[in-house]
Amino acid sequence: MQLPTEHATTGHPLADTIARLAWLIPVLPLLGFLLNGFLSLRAAGTPGPADPSASGHGHGHDDHGHGAHGADAHGHDAHDDHGHAKRHPAAGLVSLIGPGVLALSFVVALLVFNAMRSVGEMHAPYVLTLFEWMPTGSLSIDVAFQLDQLSMVMILIITGIGTLIHIFSVGYMQDDPGYPRYFAYLNLFVFFMLLLVMGANYPLMFVGWEGVGLCSYLLIGFWFSEKANADAGKKAFIVNRIGDFGFLVAMFLMFANFGTLSYTGVGAAANDLVMGGALATTICLFLFLGATGKSAQIPLFVWLPDAMAGPTPVSALIHAATMVTAGVYLIARSATLFAMAPAAQLTVAVVGALTAVFAATIGLKQWDIKKVLAYSTVSQLGYMFVGVGVGAYTAGVFHLMTHAFFKALLFLGSGSVIYAMHQAYHATHNHEDAQDMRNMGGLKKYMPITSALMWIATLAIAGIPPFSGFFSKDEILASVFARTHGSTLADATWLGIPGSVVLYGVYALGLAAALMTAVYMTRMMIYTFHGPNRSGSAEQPHLKEAPMIMTAPLIVLGVLSALGGLVNLPLVFPFGPKEILHHWLEPVVGQGTLLVTHGEAAHLSHSTEYVLIGTAVAIAVIGIAIAYTRLKPEALVPAKDAVPETGIEKTLLNKWYVDEGYDKAVVQPTLGVSRTLLWKGIDTGLIDGLMVNGTALLARFAGWMGSQLQSGRVGTYAWVLLIGVLGVLSAFSFR
Amino acid sequence: MTQFLDGMAYNSWILPALLGLPLIGALLLLVQGSSNKGDADAAMRSARSLALWIFLAEAVLSIGLWWSVDVSSPDWQAYVDAAWIPQWGVRFTLGLDGISLMLVLLTTLLMPLAVLGSWTSIREKTSSYYALLLVLTTGMLGVFMALDLALFYVMWEVMLVPMYLIIGIWGGQRRLYASLKFFLYTMVGSLLMLVAIIFLGLMAGQGQGPNFSYDAVLQMTRTAAVPGGFWLFVAFALAFAVKVPMFPFHTWLPDAHVEAPTAGSVILAAIMLKMGTFGFVRFAVPLFPDIAMHPTVRMVMLSLAVIGIVYGALVALVQPDFKKLVAYSSVSHLGFVMLGIFAMTVESMQGALVVTISHGISTGALFLLIGMIYERRHTRQIEDFGGIAKVMPIFAVCLTIVALSSIGVPGTNGFVGEFLVLIGSFPTQPYFTLIAATSVIFAAAYLLWAVQRIIYNPLVKPENEALKGMDLNWREIGLLTPLLIAIVWLGVYPKPLLNKTEAAATRMVRSVEAARTSPTLINTRAASAAAQQVR
Repeated sequence: MQLPTEHATTGHPLADTIARLAWLIPVLPLLGFLLNGFLSLRAAGTPGPADPSASGHGHGHDDHGHGAHGADAHGHDAHDDHGHAKRHPAAGLVSLIGPGVLALSFVVALLVFNAMRSVGEMHAPYVLTLFEWMPTGSLSIDVAFQLDQLSMVMILIITGIGTLIHIFSVGYMQDDPGYPRYFAYLNLFVFFMLLLVMGANYPLMFVGWEGVGLCSYLLIGFWFSEKANADAGKKAFIVNRIGDFGFLVAMFLMFANFGTLSYTGVGAAANDLVMGGALATTICLFLFLGATGKSAQIPLFVWLPDAMAGPTPVSALIHAATMVTAGVYLIARSATLFAMAPAAQLTVAVVGALTAVFAATIGLKQWDIKKVLAYSTVSQLGYMFVGVGVGAYTAGVFHLMTHAFFKALLFLGSGSVIYAMHQAYHATHNHEDAQDMRNMGGLKKYMPITSALMWIATLAIAGIPPFSGFFSKDEILASVFARTHGSTLADATWLGIPGSVVLYGVYALGLAAALMTAVYMTRMMIYTFHGPNRSGSAEQPHLKEAPMIMTAPLIVLGVLSALGGLVNLPLVFPFGPKEILHHWLEPVVGQGTLLVTHGEAAHLSHSTEYVLIGTAVAIAVIGIAIAYTRLKPEALVPAKDAVPETGIEKTLLNKWYVDEGYDKAVVQPTLGVSRTLLWKGIDTGLIDGLMVNGTALLARFAGWMGSQLQSGRVGTYAWVLLIGVLGVLSAFSFR
Repeated sequence: MTQFLDGMAYNSWILPALLGLPLIGALLLLVQGSSNKGDADAAMRSARSLALWIFLAEAVLSIGLWWSVDVSSPDWQAYVDAAWIPQWGVRFTLGLDGISLMLVLLTTLLMPLAVLGSWTSIREKTSSYYALLLVLTTGMLGVFMALDLALFYVMWEVMLVPMYLIIGIWGGQRRLYASLKFFLYTMVGSLLMLVAIIFLGLMAGQGQGPNFSYDAVLQMTRTAAVPGGFWLFVAFALAFAVKVPMFPFHTWLPDAHVEAPTAGSVILAAIMLKMGTFGFVRFAVPLFPDIAMHPTVRMVMLSLAVIGIVYGALVALVQPDFKKLVAYSSVSHLGFVMLGIFAMTVESMQGALVVTISHGISTGALFLLIGMIYERRHTRQIEDFGGIAKVMPIFAVCLTIVALSSIGVPGTNGFVGEFLVLIGSFPTQPYFTLIAATSVIFAAAYLLWAVQRIIYNPLVKPENEALKGMDLNWREIGLLTPLLIAIVWLGVYPKPLLNKTEAAATRMVRSVEAARTSPTLINTRAASAAAQQVR
């Protein structure tokens, strides 16, 4: 139970173990990126099958002849019936390198994890310094990796789930002409994500932070020939940059006030801050601005739903399991800083809770299966922020982990569904939307494994015991409740409202979001897998389970989604080892948590806890029941026959018109002012216009000069000039 | 390496040699050009290869400076001092410190790439063109090396004329307007500077004929207040501000860039703009520290710098012409350099120097890429493109990497410079820094939007589909590769560069701070100590 303090790298218990090789964990995916990138460019240089426009993508009657390429990009398969699918010439090698480097990385991570467990209690992080990055003046930033309990959890999630999703991608993307490029980007993403969690200082985290944003940009716009996809990628990058601005300013404030940017240095300096002081609050709020960008919280959530334009495995890895949780990691990493700023913590919790509810309302009315999951992700990220916001870092990280399991499963499962739908429509040369749930229905009959696995994930996210999500969500809500009294948060005020009132509000919003989660997830399952099939009678014979290379990772994730709760069983649980994760993370976040709860462990009486658990479970069950009784899948019609929504349904379907609002309020005015006022007005109007008479003169003079210069004797000018220069330089020098 | 260089007394001849070699080359080119009147194609071939060899020789010669210059020494390095125009007190004095070392190397290493960039696009009057490029190089190098104010001014003007001719003769449609605008803007600024230089030279001579030596002038301004110091500073600052260019003196730049041939744009952006910021670092600020750091003057300079950062980015956002977009982005980037200089901390000064170098690399590469696509499509209008990543994947990869570096994505050179400027400026100028930092958003917006409209989106225009099979050739890949390597290298491991400039930047910041804290400046101990510390 102590803050990581200054320490020498040598002499650390991990120094003589395999942990010395921890740099391999990020370097392996980087190597994969270089190799795959080389393969993709080499092939690109030779026009032929590798070229998208030459080969098309897909072939009607070959079972393996088409990836889900067009499925994700709406209407992308307009040329599908021309040309024949050829696997990328380097596909075999890429399939080996892409997932291979990740698997190796995961193995190294497991070995390091094992070493970390065997050294027993580890109170200080193990910092592996590679080289000095930006040494100048009083600034010293190293490229250094930090291994501690928190980064270890993140590393295992990233490499473990990353490996599964890479394997799934081998099947999902098999016939895409950009196959090596896809794996190059995906490998690069994992490298940056590992840098993000392993960096030992804020600037290095920022490298990973922006790097994952870059890969996200590249992968969202992977099928860049669709304008919508390229737009979505660009939007993601720019919106993220607004958050990055906050991250940068937070770093400036840290350096100006603490003189250091390393975690250990900032953590130590945070201890000397004034509790609730302006500095701590400002730094934390700017950090949180960064987090709202990367983790898609209000007001910067708008990029994430659009990000679904990328291939579905990308949505699973980047936009559900790993990258979008970076904001949660950032706050957990800055636990001691946030502990000094209760007002900032309450802001985090309130924004998280509002986002959870807001996104859930939109999720209720989406027809695109991936959009439902996208808003669900935004909503669940809100939960995580509620957790870390109230200083329950273990709960937040715990939910991050279980969410990584069940949301990756849901996305990959939806990928299998989309793949199957796409194959079927492809076989019949039908150009319907393979992601619209109105075109699905009754798929359980054709895809029993996927259906069963996705039900596990659905029960987990809805919070039904004993599935993983139940434990993590319950812990967050219980932590909020526990802090309504006897915590720094309860004692603080937020915008004039007493902290405990705010926390009750957050708790209520959390319950409301839980109810809606259960409803929209059940709705998604019913519309997709149950009721009559609406894909069309011609398509039905073609519907079937995806190949094993895609289903196997789903099964692993299914097991994790079901049993993930074991990692951190609550104290009231009747049997089994309790609070493993809590004890594991204690050396990193323990102090931050204790500061919030006035130095003693948050405590709820067992009876209170039973009531809270009962309430949460009841709400989940009610949500599922509402969806079951109110929804009529039999009454649904395929997307092309559907009547447009009206009223509140239309508003929800259009996501409360937030995008349109931003466009009108921010984007268009910026462009307008830049074009009319700054460019045409000030630049060409005012500044150049100030010399109005001069300009006319200039034009006339230019004409005269032109006639002179066009004498065709330009050589003369060069001669004259050269002789002049030589003359001036030498004449005086040599006498 | 150092021993080897010492063995041939490298430091004693290298700077004059670097100035002389391009002039000899220009002479050879003109002789060759006049003897080769008939076949224009053959003339082009022989002229460009001769020019390339000379620039390569220049680059190879200059590399030794990396080792031979002792950047930690407070003395001028590779110092050369000879009488030149004795009756006017003008001397031929050259020398380097860590800061000018990096700029000299940037120039010598970039010039061969600029020649390769105009390898096929310049087809008329080629020997004159390359001769002018060579004379220009002498001028630019002279500006960075000169330690005599009069020599500095001569070099400053030497570089102006060839660029004027390059734009005016080999430029685009509105080349005459652009070249004249460039010429007049720069001339007005430099004439005022000439007056200031003559005034300073006469003052420094103390009645025994003028003395233009930089060290002497510095000693003088540090130990006694110069009458009319404010106006002298204004004269220098104006000349340099036009060159940088700072808002509102920037309107010549977009026109000059758009009309200039590729090599002209590359040199203009990568090197010539840096003469402005170099001028502030070498002359305007150290010679008049109390005036430059006077709260009002500083406020004005910082405001203009920050306005330039945001204004340049916003105007870049709405440019339909890609070259103009990059030109306005230069206004934004150079604003960072000015912010770093006037924030006056070691970190911000170092950041300013890194931006100086890395803007040269990234923007140089951007102009080269624009030139390559222009040669194929004969348009620079962004809306004329779309989807060409499909037909020119290697071009697309290069453009993406260079754009990311210009945006300042971490891991590229662009980030290091901007980050150091911002984090170094924040402690002394928090509000200006906050405004400047918003450009991370705008930079992403204008460049990614442009990149999207050029290489992404549907490939529908037949002219663009016709680019199939016309991806970058080996010459183009070869000339971009060093730039791409530099982009990543400086982003990941900028330490060697920072080490080279650290001592000079620290000395400058300390001496300016010392001079500032003794505002009377008249024979105070601190001031003379500070002057000692500078040189």
